[in-house]
Amino acid sequence: MMSRRILTVLNLAAAAAMVGAIYMALVQAPAAINLTETDRWAQRIIYFHVPTAWLSMLAFFVTFVAAILYLVRSQPRWDMLARCSAELGVAFTIAATASGSIWAKPAWNTWWTWDPRLTTYTIVLLLYIAYFMLRGAIEEPERRARFASVYSIFAFVSVPITFMSIRWWNTIHPVILDPNEDFGLGPGMTVAFVFCILAFTLLYIALLANRLRLEYTIERVAALRARLLT
Amino acid sequence: MKRYLQVIAAVWWKDVRVELRSKDIFTGMAVFAALALLILNFAFELRIPDKRLVVPGVLWVTVAFASVLGLGRAFISEKDRGSLAGLLLAPVDRSAVYFGKMLANLVFLLVVELFVLPLIVLFFNVTLISAPLLLVVALGTIGLAVVGTIFSALTVNTRAREVLLPILLFPIILPVLVGGIRMTIGLLEGEPLSKLGNWMQLLIIFDILYLVIAFLTFDYVVEE
Repeated sequence: MMSRRILTVLNLAAAAAMVGAIYMALVQAPAAINLTETDRWAQRIIYFHVPTAWLSMLAFFVTFVAAILYLVRSQPRWDMLARCSAELGVAFTIAATASGSIWAKPAWNTWWTWDPRLTTYTIVLLLYIAYFMLRGAIEEPERRARFASVYSIFAFVSVPITFMSIRWWNTIHPVILDPNEDFGLGPGMTVAFVFCILAFTLLYIALLANRLRLEYTIERVAALRARLLT
Repeated sequence: MKRYLQVIAAVWWKDVRVELRSKDIFTGMAVFAALALLILNFAFELRIPDKRLVVPGVLWVTVAFASVLGLGRAFISEKDRGSLAGLLLAPVDRSAVYFGKMLANLVFLLVVELFVLPLIVLFFNVTLISAPLLLVVALGTIGLAVVGTIFSALTVNTRAREVLLPILLFPIILPVLVGGIRMTIGLLEGEPLSKLGNWMQLLIIFDILYLVIAFLTFDYVVEE
């Protein structure tokens, strides 16, 4: 169990990093060139959109690893980690989809298109909604953990394919992290971009730590109540 | 190894024999598929210039929806008859039970498809059946059987198991369906199979990947 003090430091650091990220994204990062006024503003969504999308992938990867560890070790805490991380993954997936949609309106002149990247990302969202429906349909905790772990291993196969889909198929979605191409971002932008990714990753870690602490607290309350009532 | 294959064959033959006697799964899936084709036919009839344009979608939607009916039965019927415990208590490797049931499901689905394809030709007036198309349909069906069988085992012990199976199955199987639909479109437009290599690879990769994951995790699904 993480001590309260470490958690406080983590929370403060994440909050400070997020304020810094907003400053970097909106003020410090230079405006994009060769774009119209609206597009220049819309382009700044990249500092929010890419980190949230990256975090959704990271969160589902953590779920995947935790699920394997649960199946191997049968310790409930791994399942707890898998579930908490999947919750965050769903939240970040929705955030990335929403921010992408806002950007797509000026850039592609539509809120939504059935592009491979968007389609596969939608599948990922549905996969993890199904994951929580499966959890909800099983009463017995041990079996719920086992079945959910198996399902999340199947589900995770879709995540790398989402990431690779823009490279495999023709897509209109921009590729930013491509070793063959220029980074696509100016030097000032790269600094802000990397800063935002790190800040959001810190936010994920802080959220996950708080979420896990809440779970442990729920368990302790349940155990205490059981002891008092007997 | 020989013993392992014998177990697979025994489980497979048991399921096929049950089906030959009751015909529950086949009649259920086939009638459902015919009804789905009828509804789809009316849904598109007057809205599009040529009904043949929607044939790839019609084929795969019908196959996917009908398959859920049959796949669910694989473990539900065992559970309801109380024979699931007996099957799992048998002193054999449980993955062999999985393979036996998966192959039985595969046969059921393929038989239903052999019924659905001529119906589509009849209703939608299109030259559809060819060797490459049968290969594409078979590859898609393998994916459905591989994932459907393990999820059938997964949902059999849950509340609202009939509702849950399609919700779990469809997002996982979607890449396979997309690959199948894209290749069917290509074949209907007269492209050779060799030009559709990307989609073919996708289908094969998914089939193998899911089979490996199912093989590795099936023990955890039926562990009681």
